[in-house]
Amino acid sequence: MDNHYSIYICGVGGQGIIKTSTIIGEAAMNQGLDVVMSEIHGMSQRGGSVSTELKIGGYNSSIIPNQGADMLLSFEPIETIRGLDKVNSETKIVYNTHPIIPSSSDKPYPDVDSITKTLKENFKHVLPIEGTRLAREVGSVLALNMVLLGAVTADDNFPLSKDSVIDAMKNNLKPKFHDMNLKAIESGYKSIKG
Amino acid sequence: MNLKELVTGVGGEKQFLLGNEAAVRGVIEAGVSIAATYPGTPSSEIGNVLSVLAKDANIYFEFSTNEKVAMEVAATAAASGLRSFTFMKHVGMNVASDSFMTTAYSGVRGGMVILSADDPSLFSSQNEQDTRYYARLANVPVLEPSNCQEVKDMVKYAFDLSEQFEIPVIVRTTTRVSHMRGVVEFGDVKDNSSNNEDHWKRGHFKKDPSQFVPVPAFAGDMHVRLWDKVHKIEKITNQSDLNVEVDFAGDKKYGVISSSSAYNYAHDVVKFNGLDMDILKLGFSYPFPQEKVAEFLSGLDEVFIVEEVDPIMEKDTLATIASKKLDVVVHGKLDGTFPLFHEFNSDVVAEGFNKILNFSDDADVDYSSSLEKLSQDIPSRAPVLCAGCPHRAMYYGINRAIEELGLKPEDVVFATDIGCYTLGINPPYNAADYSLSMGSSVGDGCGFSVSTDQKVAGFIGDSTFFHSGISPLINAVHNKHNFVLSVLDNRITAMTGGQPNPGIPIDGMGDEAPEVSIRKLALACGCDYVRVINPFNLEQVVKTYKEAFERKDAAVIVSKAPCTLIKGLTKKPPVKLVESNCNNCDKCVSELACPAISKVNGKIVIDESQCDGCNVCIQVCRYGALEAGRM
Repeated sequence: MDNHYSIYICGVGGQGIIKTSTIIGEAAMNQGLDVVMSEIHGMSQRGGSVSTELKIGGYNSSIIPNQGADMLLSFEPIETIRGLDKVNSETKIVYNTHPIIPSSSDKPYPDVDSITKTLKENFKHVLPIEGTRLAREVGSVLALNMVLLGAVTADDNFPLSKDSVIDAMKNNLKPKFHDMNLKAIESGYKSIKG
Repeated sequence: MNLKELVTGVGGEKQFLLGNEAAVRGVIEAGVSIAATYPGTPSSEIGNVLSVLAKDANIYFEFSTNEKVAMEVAATAAASGLRSFTFMKHVGMNVASDSFMTTAYSGVRGGMVILSADDPSLFSSQNEQDTRYYARLANVPVLEPSNCQEVKDMVKYAFDLSEQFEIPVIVRTTTRVSHMRGVVEFGDVKDNSSNNEDHWKRGHFKKDPSQFVPVPAFAGDMHVRLWDKVHKIEKITNQSDLNVEVDFAGDKKYGVISSSSAYNYAHDVVKFNGLDMDILKLGFSYPFPQEKVAEFLSGLDEVFIVEEVDPIMEKDTLATIASKKLDVVVHGKLDGTFPLFHEFNSDVVAEGFNKILNFSDDADVDYSSSLEKLSQDIPSRAPVLCAGCPHRAMYYGINRAIEELGLKPEDVVFATDIGCYTLGINPPYNAADYSLSMGSSVGDGCGFSVSTDQKVAGFIGDSTFFHSGISPLINAVHNKHNFVLSVLDNRITAMTGGQPNPGIPIDGMGDEAPEVSIRKLALACGCDYVRVINPFNLEQVVKTYKEAFERKDAAVIVSKAPCTLIKGLTKKPPVKLVESNCNNCDKCVSELACPAISKVNGKIVIDESQCDGCNVCIQVCRYGALEAGRM
């Protein structure tokens, strides 16, 4: 099953989730790998939950089966919980710890530390990162998606090289942001690799 | 990727494309001259991309007022010898169907392709209807791509097919095909250079009433010619490379017939579980390739039909088995193997296979009770009206007016329409009680007005009003119906991603265009009460609604303010909270439900990154705790 890799990416509309996924997909294509991706448009974008699914290596379906993700990459703490159907005992769970509180929430927002604690009780690879803080440090909270992109490339099983991901980033985002985005990718990478 | 590469890209080049972008490349490779649409998700991005590329690609492109007009623009272009393309969401076919049915009869000269995008699981639609029924209703061929490469290739092939048999061809996608991204290898582009001073080529309409005017004397013959074409095309489908047997070294006891996105799931489940079944993939599924299917079935004991949404191939397969006197058991939606509704995925398909094949006993995964509890306790995150959305002010205003008139919520029926304002269904607005289709709020208003003694309030957007709100408004005036119609004119077709409409001075190719006035239209329909208001002035909103509700005719209120998502609008400074004045009454939170205002640890918080400075909350606050931000 070499080079089979499925990533479920989730968060909130406006966080740059589709762009991040597209960059990974394009990098996979450039490395000569089969890749399919699924995204949701329309009604779901009005501040609602957003997710994309990306599958590398010989799949026809762009939807990840339950418990089929190698990585769950979440841009927001409670969206991590919503994505757990895709997770199995070996899945890397990488998530940004900065909450976005729903405007008309029917229930109180849970404590983020307790989310981390509960996840660690149940899963082997739980990797919370302070993505929003790291993004702010490199210049803008809008670089959050690049921080998380860097975190993905730090997974040893991830079949793409950091360089090819960076090339695809440059092909998809404006040159004036390249320096900041490179710092963000590096920052996310280091937050996992240490 | 730069979108221009869809035009400049050469054969052999590879790009990572959205299904809808792949469709555009197919259109460009096919040398299309005329394209028209009314935006509808999941097909919207085709229009967004064509809108940018039309001039470079020698294509005339328009956002038509509705799908029927788009169908007519494409049909006449094809009758004039040009290649034409129209595309819409599945329910758009309902609007276009009247002209579509006749186009099948009269046929075409240049190739004409209709892409209709179905929406299994209703990600952004009011139903799950299956476009493949339209192919059968009208007797036109249907192609069903399952991935982005096939979208591009099949759109291109559909034009050749259409021209060969002089018949319109449907390309049917689903949300998961239109919104899939995948690697697409480009083919060569057919020349469509302009033959005049416009950027697109013009054809010439050669008159032939016996082909193009369906009076009874001619239409009967048209129907005969149509069936003749269908029988010829059926021979093609039986031999087409698009209907292909995908071998997994099956032991010939079981097999699978599938198409479109459903095929992807069937493929992966068979492949990754090592199931002993071959799959017949039908990319060219109507006219149904009965001979090919019979050949696949011969020798099989049982066959699975894996399709979204309706059991259409399943019924055709059952008919094939009956007419060929085969002995094969069919498992599909009709026997309960697969669900009759909602989109499939690998899990759903595996569960269906497993009912018959028993290849897996899935054990449930046990998680800690704290995780179970956490999963149940997380707050929902449904789509909401954006911060600064002008609709919010109108919903607030109408509810206050109703209150001040001494009416109870049950005294007013809210007939809503298709667009962002379906979000008016949410509390605290609760302003969506009934809805059917594009433009229905006006006709529904007519009906409720004579059927009940309740007040009636309709909500419709600017684009939807142009689409199909005008003729029911004429009906309302002529038949003396009584309701208040709010036209929420946010200067864009918002829900589908921001396309222009006749109310704004730009057309689908970015050129200047005459702006059509909603106020003048309402007056011309015969309405005596037409008011254009600024929704961000709450006092005016409430006063106007109270006035309108007192009337006995069809009163029209046009709320005119741009959608906050329109690019290039100057952002106003965010509202400031004066904490010392805040009484914690929560009205700004509970009565507006604005995503920029929330209560955290007992205190009101304005999210400055989201606040659009619409200042509606300032007018709602009774304690002067909110004030306008300064530049």
